Amino acid sequence: MAFHLFNPCCGYGDNAPMIEALDLVKRFGSTRAVDGISFTAGTGEVVALLGPNGAGKSTTMRMLAGCLEPDSGVARIAGSDAVRERRSAQTALGYLPEGAPAYPAMTPRAFARFHLRVRGFTGAALTEAAERALERTRMGEAASRPIGMLSKGFKRRAALAAAIAHDPQVLILDEPTDGLDPNQKDGVRALIREMAAEKTILISTHLLEEVESVCSRAIVITGGRIVSDDTPAAIIRSAPEPSLASAFRMLTGHSAEQATIKPRKAKKAREGVE
Amino acid sequence: MTALWAVYRRELAAYFETPLAWVFLTAFAIAAPSFAWHVGRLFDTGRADLAPLFDYLPWLLMILMPALAMRAWAEEREAGTLEMLLAAPIPLWAAALAKFLAAWTIAGLALSLTFPLWIAMNYLGNPDNAAIATAYFGAALLAGGYLAISQALSATTSNQVIAFVLAAGVCLILTAAGLPLVLDAISTRLPGVFAEALAGLSALARFDSLRRGVVSLSDLVYFLSLIALGLLLAMALIDARRGGGR
Repeated sequence: MAFHLFNPCCGYGDNAPMIEALDLVKRFGSTRAVDGISFTAGTGEVVALLGPNGAGKSTTMRMLAGCLEPDSGVARIAGSDAVRERRSAQTALGYLPEGAPAYPAMTPRAFARFHLRVRGFTGAALTEAAERALERTRMGEAASRPIGMLSKGFKRRAALAAAIAHDPQVLILDEPTDGLDPNQKDGVRALIREMAAEKTILISTHLLEEVESVCSRAIVITGGRIVSDDTPAAIIRSAPEPSLASAFRMLTGHSAEQATIKPRKAKKAREGVE
Repeated sequence: MTALWAVYRRELAAYFETPLAWVFLTAFAIAAPSFAWHVGRLFDTGRADLAPLFDYLPWLLMILMPALAMRAWAEEREAGTLEMLLAAPIPLWAAALAKFLAAWTIAGLALSLTFPLWIAMNYLGNPDNAAIATAYFGAALLAGGYLAISQALSATTSNQVIAFVLAAGVCLILTAAGLPLVLDAISTRLPGVFAEALAGLSALARFDSLRRGVVSLSDLVYFLSLIALGLLLAMALIDARRGGGR
């Protein structure tokens, strides 16, 4: 398991990792959804969490985002403990939860403004930040329509706009392109690439081409444990055939078993935090 | 404070963005005077006061406050937006208080819709306006107590119907505990101290003393404690979810 440290460029301190997961463990009943996950990521990195359904990707992200407390281990965002210094950790964080939840009666504009207001934005700064986020996510006229009436793609982008609106140092995006059409996917990937230089971005995805096109590093998780942590190119080289799909199959050998326990486990995981 | 204000604004807007606030306010505006009119015989008593309104108000609030509060947390759980809320730098107390204050604002607005009756009484006779004002104050506190408890129960489930039924049940117990019917039944079977204790817990008995125009510290403490209990319970329940059922 290769551990990449971070790009020692900027952040809350020199050489400081912006996302730190230290031996994170989370159990739901008797299932260990996350079983000792450790990694760090620094500014300039786009890290993919890759793994079959029920591998523990979302649970890891929830613990990093401070909406689920680990049973043991430490999660830190920009140097702040996600449990003990939650507010300071969450101030530096933009989070897109699984399924991109948003208030259906609100417009994407009002939703982004709500997120900004919660973080202390007011007046012109609030309007400017909200409009910029809506523009970056290409909401167009949909920004003024109730989210409940929008297509899945727009709904996801509305939640994404809210997550990036306060220009956080760290972004945790749980399946940011799920449900988008190919053009929209390209748009979101371009946005991620555009933001990458000055932020630390952690995304989870099932889409292997996404990992290759936007991520500088991929962490493959299965059964709540990290089985690989390397650049996409290095992971591909480790596979019997030169493709990420082949590497994914090799690394997550028991993915069929994972898939069979997924529904119940996913439900449990949802019940854990919803 | 900014987070409290932001969540309060959103919650208040949420009531009006959906038909909920309008349906609620209309129902209240029709039901409250109707009760006073038909059941309470408002104009047959020959007195210029609002006693018939306040006689039935606790029973109306007992049903309508759970209806107003049931969405508070259950809706967030169902839609998954609770996770987004928990990942935002909002202190839990601010989220719980903001939700409560927004619902309480709607309840206050609903109560104010019965002011035309008050005005009519002044036109028809010389009511004791100070006593009526105290009764309204008491009604607002009673509504607040019901709302806080109902919102806490809304945090126990992602199903709004279950939240409503639970809350209405608890509000019924809180209300009926002070009825002579219940108290008499208890005092004939158990030592008087039990009936006294139960009467002390009853929201109805506390409201009754306020509507007679008596503001006592113990009644204020009772209602504020009920509100605080609801808020703390909601916070504890949501915080437990953050723990993921540990």
